[in-house]
Amino acid sequence: MSPLPKAAPLPPVLALDGVTKVFPGVRALSEVSLALYPGTVTALVGENGAGKSTVVKILTGIYQPDGGAIRVDGQPATFPTAQAAADAGITAIHQETVLFDELSVAENIYLGHAPRGRFGLIDTAAMHRKAAEILHSIEADIDPATPLRDLGIASKHLVAIARALSIDARVVIMDEPTAALSHKEITELYDLVDKLKQQGKAVLFISHKFDEIFRIADRYTVFRDGQFVGDGAIADVTQSQLVQMMVGRSVDHIFPARAKAPGAEVLRVVGYDHPTEFADIGFSLRRGEILGFYGLIGAGRSEFMQALFGITRPSKGAIRIDDKVRVIRSPADAVANGIVYVPEDRGKQGAITALPIFQNVTLPSLGKTSRSGFLRLAEEFKLARDYTARLDLRAASLDQPVGNLSGGNQQKVVIAKWLATQPKVIILDEPTKGIDIGSKAAVHEFMAELAAQGLAVIMVSSEIPEVLGMSDRVIVMREGRIVAEVSGDQMTPETLVRHAAGIGED
Amino acid sequence: MTVTDRHIPDRLQSPLQRRLRSWETLLLAVAVAIFTFNAFASPYFLNAWNLSDATFNFTEKAMIAFAMALLIIAGEIDLSVAAIIALASTAMGAAAQFGAPTLLLVLIGLAVGLACGAFNAVLVTVMGLPSIVVTIGTMSLFRGISYIVLGDTAYGGYPKGFKVFGQGYVWWVFSWELVIFVALALAFGVLLHLTNFGRAVYAIGNNATGALFSGIRVQRVKFILFLLTGLMSGVASVCLTSRLGSTRPSIGLGMELEVVTMVVLGGVNILGGSGTIPGVVIAAVVMGLVTFGLGLLNVPGIVMSIVIGLLLIGVIALPRLWAMWRR
Repeated sequence: MSPLPKAAPLPPVLALDGVTKVFPGVRALSEVSLALYPGTVTALVGENGAGKSTVVKILTGIYQPDGGAIRVDGQPATFPTAQAAADAGITAIHQETVLFDELSVAENIYLGHAPRGRFGLIDTAAMHRKAAEILHSIEADIDPATPLRDLGIASKHLVAIARALSIDARVVIMDEPTAALSHKEITELYDLVDKLKQQGKAVLFISHKFDEIFRIADRYTVFRDGQFVGDGAIADVTQSQLVQMMVGRSVDHIFPARAKAPGAEVLRVVGYDHPTEFADIGFSLRRGEILGFYGLIGAGRSEFMQALFGITRPSKGAIRIDDKVRVIRSPADAVANGIVYVPEDRGKQGAITALPIFQNVTLPSLGKTSRSGFLRLAEEFKLARDYTARLDLRAASLDQPVGNLSGGNQQKVVIAKWLATQPKVIILDEPTKGIDIGSKAAVHEFMAELAAQGLAVIMVSSEIPEVLGMSDRVIVMREGRIVAEVSGDQMTPETLVRHAAGIGED
Repeated sequence: MTVTDRHIPDRLQSPLQRRLRSWETLLLAVAVAIFTFNAFASPYFLNAWNLSDATFNFTEKAMIAFAMALLIIAGEIDLSVAAIIALASTAMGAAAQFGAPTLLLVLIGLAVGLACGAFNAVLVTVMGLPSIVVTIGTMSLFRGISYIVLGDTAYGGYPKGFKVFGQGYVWWVFSWELVIFVALALAFGVLLHLTNFGRAVYAIGNNATGALFSGIRVQRVKFILFLLTGLMSGVASVCLTSRLGSTRPSIGLGMELEVVTMVVLGGVNILGGSGTIPGVVIAAVVMGLVTFGLGLLNVPGIVMSIVIGLLLIGVIALPRLWAMWRR
């Protein structure tokens, strides 16, 4: 199937050979193959539901395959437990890697295999020294004695990587490692992956971001709907070929074309201040406009949006809606004034996952569907039916809990919920984070449609192609302040990154 | 993306089908079984007046349990309810010593209940303290005040008209308490299951953050629920004080646990998010029947407390077994 690639002349350290995994009613993996070579980064590419996480769980001993073989150095192997996989030198770094907040960095790195001193007690001094060496080798400027809870998410990733190195892992699996990282942190992670390569580790890299895959991967393997589609050297494919393999169709344009004719001003924010999160935020927004907010993680974008939505209160500042001064003290006020917010954290903030779809959709609109405070289920179902149909929701029934839906469909429920309130301004916070490419395109097209219908859209996004592809104007924030507003020809990746990172200002 | 003519059905399972497979149905079967068992075990059971007497075993607790059910579904709890009964009863007793008329006594009882509920509500919703800790504290506080006022004495001397709430009958064997119980069951059933407010309670209990982000005034809803629970404790205090005809500081001691037991037995998730008023009604009847049946069989008090203890453990274990059976 795949001739021995010239990039990796060595035999695979770890391979899946025709592996099948069946869950009740679902064939998650169907005779898939995957080979990881020493000193090579292999990108595993596929839409959500392609079977990537199932593969990770099989490789780390959490699931057992129902058919096919796992091979370590060409020999058949089984991983009945997570420990067995770890013993074989396989380690995984997830988005939420299991680390312990209350322990120190060194303890986290050496948990379970700490150097022992006399009487079998843990040799703390040796542990700290060795941890410092490993951290130094990956150029992580972290004191091994620091409690883990004091570290940011990026530093925690570094600790997880240090832990992987400390157990002398031969295979490192990285499952969307950059999802929560800022631009600078991502660059550092790339350097680190290069180092792992030099040390001869086999790296399995799972990501939704193509620029990333082309930047660091040597090889690729594509899955679609639990089946192996193809593999090869990254140098031999183009981005669009890879997308085509992934989705099984060609994706000609990713972002919808839009007529740019914004209408009257609908929202004006003046001098919004918060004691710690942001300062002096001011801008105006017109009907039919998509305004992008770009910045690094921690730039204060979400914090500002949540203040605009009434979750937190600004210490100073004013807003005008349709040229009238309004005070927003709670989300209920915001909704009443036509401002709605689609949060980044769908599971916790966006939807009430245990409640049925129709109840999620009607929750902020109960005033409309009810009569003098009494529920009218027929009206609720009608409203839910109308708006979920507009978003092309895929579900078994409107009575089904939202938690049973895929991420993309959950997002559609959240958006439907807000559209049902007939808002003036919709704020979308990282609207396509963690959803597959098909749903992503649907969300983008829908945003364009909303703007065309006269809704004002604010989009917070950390993905530069999305910001540039969708926005009419982009506001860049850094350290809680607006540092630039760009539009037209100025909207280039370089400008955004430069402003967001604070490089090269005059 | 092409818009396909995709139709999503409203429901796959009719509400009736769902009801037949519910916890309430199982509980109803248990109630019928206990009723039948009692009828065979004791010749005195199937007597209208005896059954009427049996309702006093649960009516006062159930009045509080309805409000408590909403509070627990919303993810909070109030353990001070029995102490509110004591404080409200003490206030009414003190007023009775000055010759206050029946109507004023009732208003005082309800007002004290409401005030205690408001005190809990402010501590939990305005100051953001955890309700379990706050109400354990106010449990000691409210009853403590009763002890300071009364010491080892008791208030009596309630006016004749006051007796009607705990000892009067509306018609034949139907007592005032039973009628109040039925009226409150209906009122709370409607509030929880048929109104926007009830929907907000479920939303908050399942995910308070998500409810807030959906424009629900979460703290306001919780505030109202604490007020309601306090008010219902006041109602229960009027009934209990009227039935006993006197007030000691130990009145209703430990009743909060029986109220919580009733709510949880009724299928309300102690962690919030789910449960129904019909479930609590049936649970109230079940607990009343068990207590009454054991009494008729001359089971000594110590054994009765063992049975109540087993019932409590059963309440926690049964949902698990129920979930396994359904699978």
